[in-house]
Amino acid sequence: MLSLLVFLPLAGTALVAVLPRRWEGRARWIALGASLGCLGIALALFAAYDRGGPQFQFVDRHVWLSSDVAPFSVQYALGVDGLSLPLLVLTAFLTVVAVLISWEIGPRPKEYFAWLLVLESSLLGVFSSLDLVLFFLFFELELLPMYFLISIWGTGRRIYSAWKYVFFTFFGSAFMLVGILALGLEAGTFDIRALQEMGPIRQAVLPAPAIFAFLIIGFGIKLPVVPLHTWLPDAHTDAPTAVSVMLAGVLLKMGGYGILRLCISLLPEVARDASLWLGAFAGATILYGALATLMQRDLKRLIAYSSVSHMGYVLLGASALGTVGLVGASMQMFTHGLITGLLFVMVGLVYERTHTRDIGELGGLAARLPYLTVVMVFAGLASLGLPSLAGFVSEATVFLGTFPRHQALAVMGVLGVLLAAAYILWMVQRVFWGEAAPRWQSLQEKVAWWERVPTLALMTVILLVGVYPSPLMDLFEGGIIPIVERLT
Amino acid sequence: MFREIPEAAAWAIVLAPLGSFAIISLASLARSLGLGRSRPPHSAWLTIGAITASLVLSLWALDSVVQADGHAVSFEPHRWVSIAPLEVSIGFRLDGLSAIMLAVVAGVSLSVQVYSQGYMAHDPGYSRYFAFMSLFTGAMLGLVAASNLLQLFVFWELVGLCSYLLIGFWFQRDAARRAATKAFLVTRLGDLGLLSALLLIWRETGELDIGAIQEAALTGAIGSGVLAFFAGGVFAGAAGKSAQFPLHVWLPDAMEGPTPVSALIHAATMVAAGVYLVARLFPLYALSEEALTTVAVIGSVTAVMAGLLGLVMTDIKRVLAYSTISQLGYMMAGLGSLGLAPAIFHLFTHAFFKALLFLGAGSVNHATGTFDMRQMGGLARYMPFTFLFTVVAALALVGIFPLAGFWSKDELLAIAWDERRWVFWALLAGVFLTALYMGRLLFLTFAGTYRGGGGEGHGHPHESPLVMLVPMAALAALSVGVGLVNLGKGMEHLLVGSLPEEGLAVEPHFRWEMAASSVGVGVLGVGVAWLVYGLKVVRAEVIRSVFWPLAAVLERKFFMDDLYEGVIARGLVLRGVAWALQQGDEKGVDGLVNGIGQAVRVIAQRVRMVQAGQVQVYGAAIALGVVVSTVVILLVNP
Repeated sequence: MLSLLVFLPLAGTALVAVLPRRWEGRARWIALGASLGCLGIALALFAAYDRGGPQFQFVDRHVWLSSDVAPFSVQYALGVDGLSLPLLVLTAFLTVVAVLISWEIGPRPKEYFAWLLVLESSLLGVFSSLDLVLFFLFFELELLPMYFLISIWGTGRRIYSAWKYVFFTFFGSAFMLVGILALGLEAGTFDIRALQEMGPIRQAVLPAPAIFAFLIIGFGIKLPVVPLHTWLPDAHTDAPTAVSVMLAGVLLKMGGYGILRLCISLLPEVARDASLWLGAFAGATILYGALATLMQRDLKRLIAYSSVSHMGYVLLGASALGTVGLVGASMQMFTHGLITGLLFVMVGLVYERTHTRDIGELGGLAARLPYLTVVMVFAGLASLGLPSLAGFVSEATVFLGTFPRHQALAVMGVLGVLLAAAYILWMVQRVFWGEAAPRWQSLQEKVAWWERVPTLALMTVILLVGVYPSPLMDLFEGGIIPIVERLT
Repeated sequence: MFREIPEAAAWAIVLAPLGSFAIISLASLARSLGLGRSRPPHSAWLTIGAITASLVLSLWALDSVVQADGHAVSFEPHRWVSIAPLEVSIGFRLDGLSAIMLAVVAGVSLSVQVYSQGYMAHDPGYSRYFAFMSLFTGAMLGLVAASNLLQLFVFWELVGLCSYLLIGFWFQRDAARRAATKAFLVTRLGDLGLLSALLLIWRETGELDIGAIQEAALTGAIGSGVLAFFAGGVFAGAAGKSAQFPLHVWLPDAMEGPTPVSALIHAATMVAAGVYLVARLFPLYALSEEALTTVAVIGSVTAVMAGLLGLVMTDIKRVLAYSTISQLGYMMAGLGSLGLAPAIFHLFTHAFFKALLFLGAGSVNHATGTFDMRQMGGLARYMPFTFLFTVVAALALVGIFPLAGFWSKDELLAIAWDERRWVFWALLAGVFLTALYMGRLLFLTFAGTYRGGGGEGHGHPHESPLVMLVPMAALAALSVGVGLVNLGKGMEHLLVGSLPEEGLAVEPHFRWEMAASSVGVGVLGVGVAWLVYGLKVVRAEVIRSVFWPLAAVLERKFFMDDLYEGVIARGLVLRGVAWALQQGDEKGVDGLVNGIGQAVRVIAQRVRMVQAGQVQVYGAAIALGVVVSTVVILLVNP
């Protein structure tokens, strides 16, 4: 079942690839079909997951590389637990959104949708791998489609941004690979479950703190953590809308997921010692990101920097190393994916109508673009942590989880929420409220079905999670408890 | 035949207006998809119907509380989120305090909605207006009913959101959009304290349930330092919502919204929330002398400061706004002097006459097209009913016997006299200021000759339509009579009776000399206003030129706006810290990285020259990475 989920998008890619040139326009339907299929499977898994059962379920496992002479074995192993399953659902959901929002992508739709589906496969693979080598392969596979998507369909300095993204990720991956190899060689297996059951690793080919640091650098770039974040504003700003959605919505979560799944879960003793450091970096990321956001004049860059700040909450919750904080961190990954995904969708839709993202040039759009305004304000309110919407649930949980351990850092996080209100509301005030400048007077709002469906769907889910989060939180809690047990 | 209110009916008080909001929103969405026709009046009827239901059920709830033992009806809370050890439940806390507030909120809101039908009749945003008003009322009712601090915080923020949306209702106006953002940000600054307090108390007690926290405090399980910090943090949030010094700056600007919104904000929702929150957690304040003193000091300072500012405003709604701030200061000062019942009693009476004053100002605006009192004058002749209602409300506010404000203000003064003498003197000075600015308002608006109003079409002011006058008449009747409800100490017993322990709150003692002196000071203030603005014995300009430094400071509102917007927001945060970070980010961190990136790109280009094509570069990079990693491992562990 999981293999089907992970490779269904690749099958779609293959189908798109063999599509004759004259049927190029049908590529999007294939992409939509494949992504909807994935969403269906992911939701079915979500419903079928036995919350009282074993930690990892729906396991697909085959030995891949094994020999009597090698001191280790590599397997093809997929499986999900409470931590990864919601992220699979998130990935599948946001891919559908990304496909729809790219409905009229312009040049070379065939290749575009093919790469988008490759991206989905790699992401689904990352979240469901139970073997470190497989995890790493999927983690790296994502670079390929991202590079092409940004550099071909992007805007602005797209080649530069694409390279920067690849370079940063690759830089981090090198460290991560060292960390993974060190873990695997010591244990004789790359099986995550086996590694978990082995008990804490103190001394491998490298000292445990070094492995931890290598992994943190790799995942910290992805998350991102200040000062490793500078690829993010460029990549986001120059990527096409749907790719920004995937980047902010899902790709950043690979970093958070890696920290929870590998760093904290496999090296709990080091994590305990590093708790304050992680928290300090988290606090710095939150405040630094928020303050930098205040200064942005480009709408998309503003959302990108706010993303940096919001991902700081993931690390903050993780640094507390308790159930509440870790569940908050996982929730924050999920809700940030929805909210920032929606924000990027909206920025794209506004840009398509105004052809500028400069906040100074925009103004008074509410009267001309009522639907887009409502959705953007909704997304903005969710982003600034308005209770009853999803963002509040995760942020409040992070604060409640962090405060007992790092009091001052939690208060810094709360300060970040104030700054979030400032940058969101100032943006809304300048872009949407006020008198429309003459050049916007003739703007006509026509919202196509492929714009309306994803925005309404995202709004519905954001509201649902905000009002009734427990089904999701309970699932996350089930995935977090084994990690916390290893910490104590 | 009496029957205690069941839980479902209690929840319906909150859910009815929220449901009305949801229905109007979904209908608008359906319309934007081209389904169904636009029928704006339905949104008003739906809102009014929902709030009427809330009011009726609130009265049932109030009756149930009056009849119940211990003046509280308890319902089992429901689990919302639980991740061990975090347990958040949502529950409905029905006791004397919340029952009174529910009735006030629903009652005032109902009259405002009826009035709005006339006032907003021709506005293109009619449906949106009533949707937001429904949400506003529902959120406030939810806040009042909350039994858990996190649950309270949810509705607390929703109340803030609605005030944002309604203050900025006419979003095309520059002043409105600025005022809306300011209101949200300033109140959120206070919420920083509230949220921190919430985190603190959760760490200390592991509880977020209000009842459980009070119990923990009463049994001494919470240290006095923690208690003081907690109460202080909560008060920061309350000061933001209730516009207490120094977080009062948003409220005068908030009049940019439609006038009925101001009536609602100033009377029953939003600003009442802060006072309510302190009252809700009153037992904790009663246990912490430091917190109590803070509340009393801030309340007294606010009462006097806002009264002074009310003297120099020329916009009728701004005078009323500062008046609200000042009266909220009274309530806080009362709470800070252990006077739970007098403070809530004043909140109760104030809701009616302040709502009426705003509806009166809206009626005047309807006729003259302006809020600037310098362009009014002589309106008593043209609008006799509005005049009559406004005078009643103004005198009630000043505290003239036997109107509503007299009874509640007198209790506040009495308790201050017994508990904190300096609060008494501050509040008495406040009575004089109140009388002075309300007298000035009345004479400038209604006396003398008409000065032309705001531009075209307002040459001949006229009385407002019946749909606006009827709710005003109802509020006027309440402003006269509602002070009598506590004559038999009924309200006091209800409030004090539902406290978890006896002896927490102090009861005021009525004294004739106190009542006489407050009425005397009030009459004196109105008299001075009459001399200056009615008879013009001394011209106002002359007074201004004599006291010019004070007047200059007051007209700049003690430089508070300059401090927040100019110095802190623009100077310190935007031009200072954020700018420096931005520079550092672009030139420092990113510059360094770009330097490395540059080097890599040069290498990459070399590779490309050999291999041509980017996929290969990537493949080469991977290979390189594996080699590097292997070398590292071998070096570390040969």
